[in-house]
Amino acid sequence: MREHTEKLNPPRALWVPFELGRPIGAPDEPAFQRRVVEAALALFAAPEGPVIADFPEDAPGGSSGDMSGWVCPVNLTPPAEDAAPDSALAAVLAEIDQLRPWYQVALEKRGRTTVGLSGLDIDVAAKLLADFIDDPSVASPREDIALPQLLKFASDDIKAWYFEAATAQPGPSGGGVLNDWYWRDTAAGALVRQLAATCRTLDGGMMQLLGHKALVPRTHEHLVRDT
Amino acid sequence: MVRLSDLPEVDVAHLLGKECDAFETSPWVTGPPVAERRIAIVTTAGLHRRGDRSFDIRDTGYRVIPGDVAAEDLVMSHSSVNYDRTGFQQDTNVVFPIDRLREMAAAGEIGSLARFHYSLMGAGWLPHEIEPTAVELAGMLKEDKVNAVLLSPV
Repeated sequence: MREHTEKLNPPRALWVPFELGRPIGAPDEPAFQRRVVEAALALFAAPEGPVIADFPEDAPGGSSGDMSGWVCPVNLTPPAEDAAPDSALAAVLAEIDQLRPWYQVALEKRGRTTVGLSGLDIDVAAKLLADFIDDPSVASPREDIALPQLLKFASDDIKAWYFEAATAQPGPSGGGVLNDWYWRDTAAGALVRQLAATCRTLDGGMMQLLGHKALVPRTHEHLVRDT
Repeated sequence: MVRLSDLPEVDVAHLLGKECDAFETSPWVTGPPVAERRIAIVTTAGLHRRGDRSFDIRDTGYRVIPGDVAAEDLVMSHSSVNYDRTGFQQDTNVVFPIDRLREMAAAGEIGSLARFHYSLMGAGWLPHEIEPTAVELAGMLKEDKVNAVLLSPV
């Protein structure tokens, strides 16, 4: 935010009008990225400072990631609200089956995946969340990662897996529309919202942090239904 | 950085409400032209190599990213869910522009790239809480003869 930068007043700063999480602008736009990096490094030549320069271009596709016209590669069945853990899990596993070919396409196209923080297969990660909602005393399946942290990583892995699958087809991409799709229209988003609601009922700073801050973004927190 | 007018109201209120005190001093140094500088990336995106230790939900530490790192080896375990990760999922350079800097080094536009880059998780730490880590990083950057740092926040 320019407002924060002006207060902190660092020696050299390049203000960029890009979506949070995309400081260099847009994916797969090497020429544009190059101009951003060059503009930042050009500040080293400033004779005096502090200096805040404005990058003059919006990111390709729009400043906040214009995805008008984006549709998920597959038609998912809308999730049932407050489903029992068994049926909520079944709905997520069905979605994973539908999206798996697209996840595979993305993996082959990019040669990489950002999924894997939990070290669990994606369906096992979903099962852990459902098991925890059913019975919060469930043991962590990873001896080296405490349960609250593993729930966080499993949730982030599932979301990353869905987003990688959903962006497999070429075209503009931005976080806002994808977030709406994930948190409103998928059974996985509904499961993580249930997880957040469950965490809120439990004692402990980490559980409260998960329930209120670290699982569901502020923009979609109103969708979490306290139990 | 982003335009406040592009953000949902709930994010604007949260971000403007953050503690953000001015520093008492504003250091300023100059140096050689960029074409002669040795450059490192320091990012607060919570990046690390897949086999490295993930960032905890509260973590003031840093992770080392070797200069010859391959894009497919980088993952992100930042605790915040309030910024976009889909750009990084598609192209590492959206937050860690290593390929762009390698191109610029090959073209002679920058002097050289550091042996090591560094990553932290910038989830709401106040300056005094993260300062010891910053001081440690500054020492290591100096040891690597780095004289220009590209800071990449998310």
